[in-house]
Amino acid sequence: MRPLTEEETRVMFEKIAKYIGENLQLLVDRPDGTYCFRLHNDRVYYVSEKILKLAANISGDKLVSLGTCFGKFTKTHKFRLHITALDYLAPYAKYKVWIKPGAEQSFLYGNHVLKSGLGRITENTSQYQGVVVYSMADVPLTLHNPQQPRHGMLLPQGPDKQSWERRHR
Amino acid sequence: MGRKLDPTKKEKRGPGRKARKQKGAETELAKFLPAGGDENSKRLSSRARKRAAKRRLGSAEAPETNKSPGAKPLPGKLPKGAVQTPGKKEALSLFNIARGKKRPAPTHSSAEEEEDSEGDGVVNQEDLWGSEDSDAGMIDDYGAGSNSEDEDEDDGEELLPIERAARKQKAQEAVAGDQWSEAETDEEEEEEQVSAESGPREDEESEGGLQINVDEEEPFLLPPAGEVEQDTQAPDLQRVHKRIQDIVGVLHDFGTQREEGRSRSEYLQRLRKDLATYYSYGDFLLGKLMDLFPLSELVEFLEANEVPRPITLRTNTLKTRRRDLAQALINRGVNLDPLGKWSKTGLVVYDSSVPIGATPEYLAGHYMLQGASSMLPVMALAPQEHERILDMCCAPGGKTSYIAQLMKNTGVILANDANAERLKSVVGNLHRLGVTNAIISHYDGRQFPKVVGGFDRVLLDAPCSGTGVISKDPAVKTNKDEKDILRCAHLQKELLLSAIDSVNATSKTGGYLVYCTCSIMVEENEWVVDYALKKRNVRLVPTGLDFGQEGFTRFRERRFHPTLRSTRRFYPHTHNMDGFFIAKFKKFSNSIPQSQTGNSATSTPTNPDLPNVNGQVTPKSESGSPSTKKAGQAKQRLQKQQHPKKSSFQKQNGISKGTDTELSTVSAVTKAQASSKLQDSSQPPETAAVVREPKEAGKLKQHSPKLQSSRKAAFRKQHAPPKAMDTDLPAAPSLSKTQATPKPEDRDQPFGNTTGAEKVKQQVAEQPFKKAAFQKQNGTPKGPKTPTMSSRSSSQPPPAKRRKSQSRGGRQPALTSVDG
Repeated sequence: MRPLTEEETRVMFEKIAKYIGENLQLLVDRPDGTYCFRLHNDRVYYVSEKILKLAANISGDKLVSLGTCFGKFTKTHKFRLHITALDYLAPYAKYKVWIKPGAEQSFLYGNHVLKSGLGRITENTSQYQGVVVYSMADVPLTLHNPQQPRHGMLLPQGPDKQSWERRHR
Repeated sequence: MGRKLDPTKKEKRGPGRKARKQKGAETELAKFLPAGGDENSKRLSSRARKRAAKRRLGSAEAPETNKSPGAKPLPGKLPKGAVQTPGKKEALSLFNIARGKKRPAPTHSSAEEEEDSEGDGVVNQEDLWGSEDSDAGMIDDYGAGSNSEDEDEDDGEELLPIERAARKQKAQEAVAGDQWSEAETDEEEEEEQVSAESGPREDEESEGGLQINVDEEEPFLLPPAGEVEQDTQAPDLQRVHKRIQDIVGVLHDFGTQREEGRSRSEYLQRLRKDLATYYSYGDFLLGKLMDLFPLSELVEFLEANEVPRPITLRTNTLKTRRRDLAQALINRGVNLDPLGKWSKTGLVVYDSSVPIGATPEYLAGHYMLQGASSMLPVMALAPQEHERILDMCCAPGGKTSYIAQLMKNTGVILANDANAERLKSVVGNLHRLGVTNAIISHYDGRQFPKVVGGFDRVLLDAPCSGTGVISKDPAVKTNKDEKDILRCAHLQKELLLSAIDSVNATSKTGGYLVYCTCSIMVEENEWVVDYALKKRNVRLVPTGLDFGQEGFTRFRERRFHPTLRSTRRFYPHTHNMDGFFIAKFKKFSNSIPQSQTGNSATSTPTNPDLPNVNGQVTPKSESGSPSTKKAGQAKQRLQKQQHPKKSSFQKQNGISKGTDTELSTVSAVTKAQASSKLQDSSQPPETAAVVREPKEAGKLKQHSPKLQSSRKAAFRKQHAPPKAMDTDLPAAPSLSKTQATPKPEDRDQPFGNTTGAEKVKQQVAEQPFKKAAFQKQNGTPKGPKTPTMSSRSSSQPPPAKRRKSQSRGGRQPALTSVDG
């Protein structure tokens, strides 16, 4: 277990910034203590310092997980954000999308969401913006980071945001 | 997706699902049972069925022997005579329901019985039936006992066509196998090898009427032919079941219903075999169960193991409330209820139209599927916020997440498991449920105090033989034997000792350990707990669970500590949850009674107040010990032992009184600890103590040689931190008190710090030291407890031996102090 290097921190931060903007500090300084990121077996864990102290006693090969796993670094050192980070990013998400109850079940089981299934969306969401997807009951469902549009997906930017079809990651 | 609704096909809704008739079986049977086919094909009224039964009985009277009557009363119990265990469950439930139905009309049935017997013309047979059925001693578990049996036989209430068909089949079999069946019946009924006797026996029984139970088939002395024959066919489960009931009935009222010349053990042996056959148990396990449960409970237990327990789930209060979750699930189509008044977060699921493990609420981590009995140990543990908890065998993570939710994600939980694959499920579950204060590690639990210790509370859900969860894993019935149980018990003992060593007794809010298993074997439960009580400074405390059966304080030839009454046992048949055992310990001292090494002597590497930051937490973090001690440590082993004690003493100063009181209460604690304690206590300046007890010096003369060396050590220590000694003095005595048991070692351990004449002073030091300790306990500054002291001295073995043993960590005390 070791702290992240500068490079790693930068890469990870870039990814996270897509959802919560620039204030990584929000994650680090929390009201109930200081949290930090640690790297272990290529995975990034988000832990509070109190836990870190105890975890330091455990040898590296025996440590399996600590705190919350945010994501992992791939072999080519790209950072992949995991769903387990959702609970921490959701409160600070800048752009949100709400899905209607009817479409929620379908979405959860892997299908696309049509624009008719979209309930609400934050203003000024640009295309290809990373968003957090919520259910109508304000339960965060997932993070969504649309890639380049696939066939037939070119959609206009502009006021008519509702006309987009979001691809489910 | 979804159920296909066929409006034309109406399902019968009765008191239970099984109220439905099994049409399929009827039609099948009708194919190969030509006799009485007419009757079968028609749905007869109950009266008609009774008449039909009478007719059949009349025809099958002669060939029928006791065997067939034995079988007939329970034709409906099993769909087919030859059907084995697969059908057993249904059969049993049918049976139970049938019995239930029969209860309301006992008189009626008895009247019918009379009719039947007369009608049959073979009084013996009928009466036998009747007598078998109407066992006065029949246990209520089987419903109305004889009455229901009678009713069965008489097609009292709705005797299913299938039952009648089975009866017919029996009759046919009886006819076919006349000879051997007769022989069998002889044996079965009378268990006599002389067939002649069977006749008069039957008569006697029949004359006894409804009262006398048919003498139970005891140890089968079947003629070889019959036995072989029986084996080649599948064992007739109906007969076996009937026999089980009969034997249980006889044993219930053995004095009056026994057969002459048959001993109780023969009956029991027969019962054992029958139970093993009927419920498919291995012989070993069944023997153990028979030791554990009285007969009535035994059968209930076995029955309960055939049926799965209801699905229960636990609300994750970190993310939702039970009310909201229940509402959300009901909206999805789940039929559920709160679990009981003992649980604020539990819900029991009756049925569900959606897979309960795949709802969005589940994926969002709003609840966890967990057995009801698995919630109990965490409730007993009662973790507080900001504590440090160790969960030694955490997979798949249900208890760990419950602990986390009770702590509201504060503090730290170290979740450990030895199985790497199952750890993945722990990771998944903890992440899903939003647990942020957990560290997951992959150690063997026995390494624990070495890796990190000093926890406020520890939960040990030890790997066990699984005899309490047979309903989940029927393989346990046959694949467990003596070796497995003992192996499990050995592992559990090791784990428990490691767990105890990982608890910090001086923790402000904790010092508790919960040991639980999902097994009902005494070897894995009470025995292990008793072992721990002897080996460590722990005592049992009430679990806080107000229901459940108390643990055993004695079992067969074993005797356990009386506080084992505070442990709890849960059974599937009484509480409708998996078999479980829970014991809650409080550790009152960090030292180990028979300290084998310095390491093990102190088990509080870290105080909660002083967490070790950089992995320096070791069991021996006697870092607190003064440097002088360390210097002297090299010189003597005694010193070594004393050093840790000293530091621990110092830490424990604040709670010395507490420990003292505890000590007085726990007499069972091994006295070995006292020896080591004494060494410590010897360190502090006994000057004051020395002065007090000149007379006692005499007793200790024998100890002088040892004392000298220890004295030296003590001197060294003393001089270095004079003040510390003062504090040590109170602490030490208290610790020695905790040891409580006057051990010769205690005496041997020199207080050493005598000022003047070595021998005398040493001895004196010892005594006054103890006195000081006593005083502390009682709060009287100068109240020498001479009697106790003298008692101690009198009980001391020769000093030389003791000293050595003490330095090694008090082995002797172990030998002598072991409690039964």
